[in-house]
This record gives sequence, C-alpha cells and structure tokens, in this order.
Amino acid sequence: MAAPKYIKGKEPHKSEYRMIFRNVDRRGWDTSIKSYIADGGYKDLKKALKMKPQEVTDEVKTSGLRGRGGAGFPTGVKWGFIPPNNKKPVYLICNCDESEPGTFKDRYIVHQDPHQLIEGMLISCYAVGAKVAYIYIREEFPEGAKILEDAIEEARKKNFLGKKILGGKFNCEIYVHRGAGAYICGEETGLIESLEGKRPYPRIKPPYFPAALGLYMCPTIVNNVESLCNVKHIIAMGGQKYAKIGTPRNTGTRILCVSGDVIRPGYFEVEVGKITMGELINDVCGGLRKGRKLKGVIPGGSSAKVLRAGEKYTIGTGESERTIGINEIPMDFDTLAACGSMAGSGGVIVMDDSRDMTWILNNINTFYAHESCGQCTPCREGSLWMKKITDRMVSGSGVPSDLKTLTSVGDNIAGRTICAFGEACAWPTQSFVAKFPEDFKKHTSRRNAGKELNPESKAAAAGLKR
Amino acid sequence: MSAASKQTEDLVNVQVDGHWIQVKRGTRMIEACKQASAEVPHYCYHPKLSSPGNCRMCLVEMGMPPRPTPGQEAELDNDGHAKISWMPRPVIACANTVAEGMGIRTQSTLAKECREGVMEFLLINHPLDCPICDQAGECTLQEYSVEHGKGESRFLENKVKKPKNVDIGPRIRLDDERCVLCSRCVRFTQEIVDDDVLGFVDRGSHNVLTIHPDKPLANNYSLNTVDICPVGALTSNDFRFKMRVWFMRETKSICNGCARGCNILISSRENKIYRQTPRENNEVNSSWMCDSGRLNYHLLESDARLTDPMMKKGKSHETVDWPQAIRRTAEGLLKYKGDEVAIIASARMTNEELYLVRVLADTLETKNVDTLKCHGEGDDYLNHKDRRPNTNGAKAILKLRSPGSRVNSIKKGIESGSIKALLVYGENIESKGFDDGVLSKLKFLVSSHILANPTAKLSDIVLPGASYAEKRGSMINATGRLQLLNKAIEPPGNSRDDWEILQDLNCAMDGKDFIYELADLFSEMASVVPVLKGFTLSGIGEKGASVIETGETIPLLEREAQRVNQGLIVG
Ligand SMILES: Cc1cc2nc3c(=O)[nH]c(=O)nc-3n(C[C@H](O)[C@H](O)[C@H](O)COP(=O)(O)O)c2cc1C
Ligand code: SF4
Ligand code: SF4
Ligand code: SF4
Ligand code: FES
Repeated sequence: MAAPKYIKGKEPHKSEYRMIFRNVDRRGWDTSIKSYIADGGYKDLKKALKMKPQEVTDEVKTSGLRGRGGAGFPTGVKWGFIPPNNKKPVYLICNCDESEPGTFKDRYIVHQDPHQLIEGMLISCYAVGAKVAYIYIREEFPEGAKILEDAIEEARKKNFLGKKILGGKFNCEIYVHRGAGAYICGEETGLIESLEGKRPYPRIKPPYFPAALGLYMCPTIVNNVESLCNVKHIIAMGGQKYAKIGTPRNTGTRILCVSGDVIRPGYFEVEVGKITMGELINDVCGGLRKGRKLKGVIPGGSSAKVLRAGEKYTIGTGESERTIGINEIPMDFDTLAACGSMAGSGGVIVMDDSRDMTWILNNINTFYAHESCGQCTPCREGSLWMKKITDRMVSGSGVPSDLKTLTSVGDNIAGRTICAFGEACAWPTQSFVAKFPEDFKKHTSRRNAGKELNPESKAAAAGLKR
Repeated sequence: MSAASKQTEDLVNVQVDGHWIQVKRGTRMIEACKQASAEVPHYCYHPKLSSPGNCRMCLVEMGMPPRPTPGQEAELDNDGHAKISWMPRPVIACANTVAEGMGIRTQSTLAKECREGVMEFLLINHPLDCPICDQAGECTLQEYSVEHGKGESRFLENKVKKPKNVDIGPRIRLDDERCVLCSRCVRFTQEIVDDDVLGFVDRGSHNVLTIHPDKPLANNYSLNTVDICPVGALTSNDFRFKMRVWFMRETKSICNGCARGCNILISSRENKIYRQTPRENNEVNSSWMCDSGRLNYHLLESDARLTDPMMKKGKSHETVDWPQAIRRTAEGLLKYKGDEVAIIASARMTNEELYLVRVLADTLETKNVDTLKCHGEGDDYLNHKDRRPNTNGAKAILKLRSPGSRVNSIKKGIESGSIKALLVYGENIESKGFDDGVLSKLKFLVSSHILANPTAKLSDIVLPGASYAEKRGSMINATGRLQLLNKAIEPPGNSRDDWEILQDLNCAMDGKDFIYELADLFSEMASVVPVLKGFTLSGIGEKGASVIETGETIPLLEREAQRVNQGLIVG
C-alpha cells in the first residue's frame, strides 16, 4: 500500500495521523469498491471472519476504543452488554445522524470512503451476532445515502455482504435508512424509535438500554460512524497495537472538526491526547485572525461546556496533579472532562474577542429550543424559556435578574430529563453565564436598554477578513 | 442480621423517607412510596398504562448500599440495614423498580427542588384559566401548584399560543394550552382500545396533541381519556360547564348498560345526575367504562318517564294513588289461578326484586315466569353482548336455565287464551312480538317500567318504578360477581323503588308482613338461593364478590394481565 497523496490545498497537516480519514481528499481516489479493494479493502473482514466473534469483541476491548458519537463509552464494553443467553435477533445500527453543531466528520467518511464504514460494520455485526444492520443517515445527506446504497450493492456483488459471506456461514444485510430531519434522531433511543417508524421520542433508561431492549425490543448496538470505522483498523493491526495510538485510556485517533475564529478551520485526524488545544488552534488551524485574542472554546460540539481563555484547570491526581491553562489542554476524553467540559463529538468551536457571548448563547439556545423533542417537561419548557430570555437580552430588553434566571432554568433541566439532550441544552447556558457574566450583564444594564449590542455586525463592518 | 433486614424471596427492604418497609420485589418506586404513605406527585404515570417517564414530576432522591468490597462486611446503619449512599442525580419513581436496601427520599431538598422546577416549567406556558376550567377542583396541576409551586412567576416572556377548543370527536374537546403533554390519552387509545388516533406534532415547547386528520376520537371508550387527563385539556361535551365538581355528591354503584356491570361513581347534585365515571375494579372493568354506559343516565331525564301509577279508563289512562294501584293489581291477578297468570320479569331488576317476583309467582302458583333474552353486539373490550345487567341473578333466583326460552310459550298461551293475566316488569315486550293483537287477548295486563312504552299503553295498570340510579340492591354480572347498586337520586314524582312496590303487592296478595330493611330481604333471599348462601348485603362490599364460576373471561382484563406479567404496567 503506497502512502496516499492528497488533493492540492487539502493536504493533511503534519501533526495529523490519518487512519480513518486516510482516503478523504485523496488524489485519484473514488468511492468505488475497486479503489477500496486495490488499497487493501475488505482484507480485514476476511481476517475477522476467520476469528471467533468473541475474539473480535475482545480485540475491540483490548484496543480501548471509546465511542466517537459523544459520550465516549468504551465500544467493546458496550458490545458485552448484550444479554448472554439472548434468543432474540441482534441489530447493529450505525449512527450517521451527525447533527451536533460544530461536527462534520462522519459525512466525509460516507461521501468519500463508504466501503470503510461497510467493512467496519460487517466486522462489528459478526462480533455482536447481528444479521441485520441499519445505517441511520441524516435526512440532509441525500447524496451520502445514495453513495452508501451503491456501495452496499457493490459489496453484495462481491459477496462481502448478503448470504454466506465469502463462502462462510455468516449472513448479513445492511440497510440505509434516511433520517427524519431532527437533531434528536441522533440520540440512540430516539433513533431507534424513528427507525421503528415513530416520532423520535427518546426512551427511558432503565429499562430501555438498547443493548438489551433496543430496536423492536431486541438487543441493539448503536455506534457512531467513526467508531465503527475504527473497528476495521483494530482488526487490521490488533487491539494491542491500536491501543498504542493516542494515550492510555484515550486510545486511537480522533477527527477534530474545528470551526469559528481560526484562520484554517476544518477537519483534522489526530492521535487522541497527543495534541493540545493551543497546538490545534495555533499550529494546525493557523491561529486566530490578526489582532484577535482567544475568548473561549467549545471543545466537543455545541452542547459541551464552554472553556474560557485564561481559566486554570487542575488535572490528574496525586503525583501527576498539575494546573494548566486552556492552551495546554490535551485533546482527550478524560482531560476535557476533568476541565469541566467534554470531548463530545469532536466539534471544536473557537471564539475570539470580537464575539459577544450573549449572542453566541442565543444562537445555541435557538438551536436547542427548536430541536427539543418536547417529550419531557424540563427540556421542552426550559429550552424555549432560555432562548426567550437571551432573545430578549440581545434585543435590548434584558433585566438584571436574567442571569440568575438563566442559570437556574439550566439547573432545573440538567440531570432531570429523559435523555442527554437535557444536559446538551443546559450546559451551554450554565457555562456561558457562569464564565462570561460581564457579557451578559452588558445586556441587562439600563444604559443599554433598547440597544442591540451585536459586536459581530461591528466586526463585519470593520471589514475584518481572514 | 436483625429482623428488619431479613430478606425473603419475594420481599425487599426499602427505606422511604427514613422508614424501612418491605415491599414485593419488582414494585415500582412510586408504589413503594405509596405503601409507605408517601404519595409522590405525578402526571404521566398511570398504573394501567405504560410508563414513558415524560412529566418528570415524580423525581425523587435515590440511594443504594455500595457494593461491598469482596471479603468485607457491608457497613451498617444504626437500624441494622446496610448504609445507603445517595446518588447525586434524581430518578423517576414511576418507572424504576425497587431493589434490596434501596433508599428513597421524597422530601429532601433535591426532591423538592425537582418538583418545584417541573411545576414552574408546566405553569409558564399554562393559561391559568382555572376559573373557567372544568377540571378545577380535580386538577392535579392546580393541586400540586398549591403544594409544590413557587407562588410567584419569574417568567417575563410571552406564553406559547396553541389551539383551543378543538373538536377531536363527537364527545370530547381539546384545549392544547392546558395540555401538559403527559401522553396518557395517547397511550390509552393505543394500548387499551387500539384506536391510535391521537398523537403529538411539532417540536419542543410547540408540541401539541392532535387528532388524526381523517379519524375522530369516536370509539366507545373515548371518554376515559377525559377521566385520565390530569388537567382540563380534554373535556367531555356532556359535562363541560354543567357543574363544579366540588358541589357534587358521589355514589358508588354499577352501570346497568350491559352484563359487565362496570363499577361506577354517579355524581349528582340536588337530585340530578351530572356525570358517571368508572370506579376501579380489577375483577370487572379495570379503571374504564364504555361511553354508552357512561351516558346512559340521560335516559332517566326522559320526558317519557312515568311519574304516577295509572289505571286504564276507556281508551286512556288516569292517575291513581299507590294503595289503589296495588289493590287493583292484586285483585286483578288473584282472579286467575296457576298457569293462567304469567310473569315476564327483567334481568334489569335487582336480585331482591327478582326474589320478590319469585315469591309472587309462588303465591300465584304459576310456572309461567321468565325474563327476556336481550343480546346485542358486545365488543372485545368490556361491553358485553348481553344487554341486561343481571341475567345471572335472574337465572339463579328465578331458577331459569335459559332466560327467554319460555317467552314464546307465554305468547302462545296468551294467543290460545290459556294465559289470561300478565305482569310485565321492567321490559317493553313489544319488540318480542307482543303487539296489540297479542296483548289485547289478555284479560288483565299489568306493567311496570320507568318509561311510557307500547306495553304500558295497553296495560290495565301501570306501576312507575325506579331506575338503576334511584334504588339499592344487588346484581350478579356476566362473570358471576355479586355487586351492589346504590341510590344516587330519588325516583321522580310518585314513582317508587321497585322492591317496595313488589313487597306491597306481595303483602296485598298473601298478607305477609312488609320487610322494612333491604338487608333483611337479602338475608331471606340468601337463605333460599344457593349461590347467595352465607352472604349478607353489607358483606358484599364496594367491589363485589365472586359467587358463580361462569368460565367467562374479560378480554380487556386478559390483555392487562398480560402486560402486568411483561412488567409493562403495574396493573
Ligand atoms: C441529543 C443527542 C444527539 C445525538 N446525536 C448523535 C449523532 O448525531 N451522532 C452520533 O453518533 N451520536 C449522537 N448521539 C450519541 C448517541 O446517543 C450514542 O451515544 C452514540 O451514537 C453511540 O455511539 P458511540 O458509542 O460509537 O459513540 C447523540 C446523543 C444525544 C443525547
Ligand atoms: S430531554 Fe429533551 S430531547 Fe430528550 S426526551 Fe426530554 S424533551 Fe426530548
Ligand atoms: S390531553 Fe391531557 S391526557 Fe392528553 S397529553 Fe394532554 S394533559 Fe395528558
Ligand atoms: S361495558 Fe357495559 S357495564 Fe360497562 S359501562 Fe359499558 S354498558 Fe356499562
Ligand atoms: S410520573 Fe411522569 S415521569 Fe414519573
């Protein structure tokens, strides 16, 4: 396998470790099975089929792979939750709903390297004993759905998929299911409901843990696109070797999607924890725009708690305990959690000092108020309430009590809802108000009553360019 | 191990608000709290429906003893139970089940904050139109907001506007602004009556309950949704704006619409019935009843109600007083002997009344006694094809093997002239072929009913009786359950409770003493009717007692039992 060459202007940064995104923006590459096989594709499926299913799962456990969809839950452990004496069919679902604002990685895999996903899924199906798998793809990716459908047909022709795969006993079908056009369809139990043809109302857990009572009340494994692709590479190199990529407990690579106020936004596949926030922003992404200072970063998709430039974080325990600033945060699951936020979906949103956090929060609140499924009381009513408050604040009608109200509404949502959307919509409000009170107070002072204080329009007027 | 911490097969020890109790394994936390007299406020939870956990009103603090490290004894509390470590996150009490050693706090700061938070969320977009809302007085939103509300609003925004006064079916209206989106109504239509016509549309706070565009909520159980709606979002066209609930008196009784005998509450005020609602009985009707049975009471308000005893004079009838009507009836019947007299009674009558009919038949020495067989459609839920509430009572007391089988021979007897006098009780027999031509052959016809009907029109004497809501007594339903009928209102005008009419008649005929207490009459009956042996009227109880094995099952209850077994509902 020759080292891939990339399209001019789209070459990976030197700090990147291209594994999952090996074929993204690759010169001379297309989505055909021919390209894929010529590059060694489907060899890992063959390899896996020679192993016992449990051995495949064990490799995934050994690899330390953690879910790339948001929660970072160890994939092998999740697979182990299927009840041992299960008699029902098992389903595998690939979560390709990618809707978390700031996240744009799964779509590139689907659009440019569909066979990698299919191979990863087939190996995973084999491991968990699923004969039927679904790719639940975001409604807004019609082209991606078509590419996947074509790829599945190609794979079937080559007998990688269907009955008696590669002459063995393993049967497996993959179906593409177009999503229902809502963010909540990405929440795994909402997704399952949607796949069953219903409104994507998330289910309560317990009792409806998908691994036991999932699709059609059968054991179901839901994994993110990126997670499933990783399975292929784990089988290729073995769990042990995979575990050496990245850092302990935070193994493998991660595709970080950087957006916002940096010179070179985009997607970057890096070893987990081997790169710091500062390196990501300043080296990989070319730093901030001229004359601008870092104000804050949302490190893991819009629902992650914001980090403020200048904050100090204490990470590690005992001997290895140390205090770091925002630029020194290694981009891994555990450190970001220790800093009070999360690695989430890998969407890194960078904000410079031209931004008014009230406007940003208002923008986020608008998204969550619109996307709440409305099933449970705190999220349904609270998400819109928070939006209405920030709406009022940015249009010059804020009152001093708004900060307190915002925070307590957030407090009354987080931890009290059916699904994690509750946290997703409360965390931004809780963290933005706590960390940037001066921005919010500006909108509640009498002096500014009636004024729309939008610095973004000022910045635009000043002609600040990249 | 102390006695308190002893753990049996089916029982687990649970601490509720500091007190240890034992509850059945698998009990939902909310039910365990109830057993410990700690009612947990809730909206979406209903023991007969699945638990979506959507309202979040039942959030409580929960703790478990930490798993002891191997080889180590669990740390014990003063009371001998393993020490509980409390979770920082609240849990819903409605859908989670208890476990050995679990602790539940319903009154902690966290639990209270959760409830206050949820109440505030529910109220910010609520119209707060209690003064004009029918649910006021039995609204859990109103009730809980007093107990768990903040008192003062800090909501400065405009409320969400939603559809009001929406016609969703022939008997129900929907006010979406009052709806708390608990989905009880949706689950009822899906899970209990297989009529999936309700659902939610739109997102977030703009979520609204709506009806399928082409299918109204018109099934015969639709009004149960109004009962289970915790707020005034669903209101009954029949009841809305008629009466404030706190003014009404509730009488526990049973529906007489069919042989099911659904347990009901009759709500009345000043001798007028305003509504009927189901009363839970897990052996009969669960928590439901059909709409036709529920609205049956309007019959009692009919213009055709008979209010005075009447005697035929020429072609019309004239009003007489009771002593005269009874005397003339007794005289009329006594003119004939044995099988010259026939009695067509009704399975609408109570056991006590039927027993008095039996006494009457014995006095007259006639074997020509029967009731009508009135079968209709029935359904796969509760409604029974036997349209009479007390067929099993009639069978047992009048010793009828197959009710209705003698009716034809009675008709033939009348036609041939061998039967000369007929007493018809509680039925309009025209529908069974007893038309003018047949009945005019009789020498003497007495009928008793609550409504003027063709049989009454031909009767020599008409005795106005009382409806099911105007009298007491007992009945035996289709599944052999002995149940109590209670009096909610007085019979209109000079109409009377039937057991008094029949006793008066019996006294006039055989000179026996009047029994003044229904209970005594019941006891007398119980001494001669085998299936009632050992029962007393007061011993029947609010939920009745099984007296006959009929082998019949109740489709709706069968399915509920199945869901209980699957753990989907509490039951
Ligand atoms: C509101 C919400 C939206 C979500 N959206 C997505 C999504 O678009 N894609 C995704 O992979 N996971 C999403 N998740 C996470 C999934 O519920 C689930 O945890 C994930 O698909 C599991 O895959 P993983 O273990 O491979 O990460 C979402 C979660 C929540 C609470
Ligand atoms: S938390 Fe929000 S998105 Fe999740 S179930 Fe509740 S209302 Fe729906
Ligand atoms: S109408 Fe009533 S029962 Fe139905 S969802 Fe709304 S509040 Fe609940
Ligand atoms: S099912 Fe029969 S007894 Fe029950 S409410 Fe309906 S008519 Fe009355
Ligand atoms: S009662 Fe509604 S969540 Fe428990």
